[in-house]
Amino acid sequence: MLLHAQIEANKRKTWVLVTVFLLLFVAVGAAFGVAAGDDPLVGLVVAAVLGVIYVLLVTRTGTQVVMAMNRAREVKSEDKNPFLWNTVEALSIAARLPMPKVYIIDDPSPNAFAAGMTPENAAVAVTTGLLERLNRQEIEGVLAHEVAHIQNYDVRLATTAVALVAVIGILSDLGMRMLWWSGGRRRRQRGREGQGEAILLLVAVVLLILAPLAAVLVQLAISRNREYLADASGAELCRNPGALASALRKIAAVPEPVRAASASCAALYISDPMKRRSWAHLFATHPPVEERIRRLEQMM
Amino acid sequence: MPVALWIVLGVAALIALYWISQYNSLVRLRNWIEEAWAQIDVQLKRRYDLIPNLVETVKGYAKHEQETLQKVIEARNRLLAGGRAEQLEANEQLTGALKSLFALQEAYPDLKAHEGFNKLQEQLEGTENKIAAARQLYNRTVMQYNTKLESFPSNIVASVHGFKRAEMLEASADERRAVRVEF
Repeated sequence: MLLHAQIEANKRKTWVLVTVFLLLFVAVGAAFGVAAGDDPLVGLVVAAVLGVIYVLLVTRTGTQVVMAMNRAREVKSEDKNPFLWNTVEALSIAARLPMPKVYIIDDPSPNAFAAGMTPENAAVAVTTGLLERLNRQEIEGVLAHEVAHIQNYDVRLATTAVALVAVIGILSDLGMRMLWWSGGRRRRQRGREGQGEAILLLVAVVLLILAPLAAVLVQLAISRNREYLADASGAELCRNPGALASALRKIAAVPEPVRAASASCAALYISDPMKRRSWAHLFATHPPVEERIRRLEQMM
Repeated sequence: MPVALWIVLGVAALIALYWISQYNSLVRLRNWIEEAWAQIDVQLKRRYDLIPNLVETVKGYAKHEQETLQKVIEARNRLLAGGRAEQLEANEQLTGALKSLFALQEAYPDLKAHEGFNKLQEQLEGTENKIAAARQLYNRTVMQYNTKLESFPSNIVASVHGFKRAEMLEASADERRAVRVEF
């Protein structure tokens, strides 16, 4: 697929995934209501309130906090690293964004990530290993991928999805406990009522058991989808998909993990900083490098 | 009767809302084009200010390279004059002249080791990349704007309010070469 077709296709896929995710969230809310007291509506309200509180809490984490978690230090002026500074500024001009803050992580393993819930307080960080091992075009490609994440509000999307996964986990756990403790009483009180109720309860239980895993799978699918999108929009920004492809090849070839990286931020990096061998594609935060390179090469 | 009246009013309101939104987005795109040019302009001025320093530095080490220096100065002096096309033309010539000037450092090791010279080179290359980025943004925005201007039904809004087609900035010689290599 050509570049623009890939961008469109990825955006459509995001909508599908986000819809599935929200449906799942609503279903879990309803199931929780059924489990807690036979009223799906109450469950929905509880889920919505919990979801809003949790998302607000998590998305308030400042960019500086995220940078500190990954032991990144800010490059405060152009003089400190003119090439890095100028490249980030040029890419943000092309993307019509305010210039993000620039950070460097002292770590020999090449990698990079973006943070910030809005373009106004966004930042990009690169490791010293990235600056040493990649050539200028490749570094520009990597930075273009990060600026594309900022442009696409991916940090906010990813953080929100992770927060909702947590809420689904809480609802599932709580729902099962309440069912356990109220089970006996419920059976005695509602003994005469029809089978419909029992089936509804069974569906709720199955949902509560399966939902946490399903939510993680959809959240990871969203994460991989946004990586493909950032590759495609990044390639558009730097007009050099080949450089980004060769950067990915070099980054993937380094077996050492980024020791400074915080595990909770792993999904934000351009390539998994933990260097986990993903035994199953479904459980990976990032798509396989070979497939990303293949798609980038199709754009040329 | 009242029902039909409400329907007519509703449709009229929808059309008015659509009209306003199309008008506003045309204005926004037109402003974005100017904003992209402003970005190019900032960088052109930056280059204009950086060149005299560079010329002074090089003079101190490579006195006999008058011709190369002269070309740089000439292109620099035309950088802020004339229309957009002329300015970008001058910038392209400046970039070419700078290439030969930066090549001088191979013949003059002292120049190559000069910290100020290296810094100026980095800064000038930075401005060049930013101009390329802003030009890309400019052309992309012109494309969006012109597409809106020609698509139905936004073309009606555009023609009633007298929006004019915008022109893209021509690709520089470097970009044209790059395209040729690709195919």
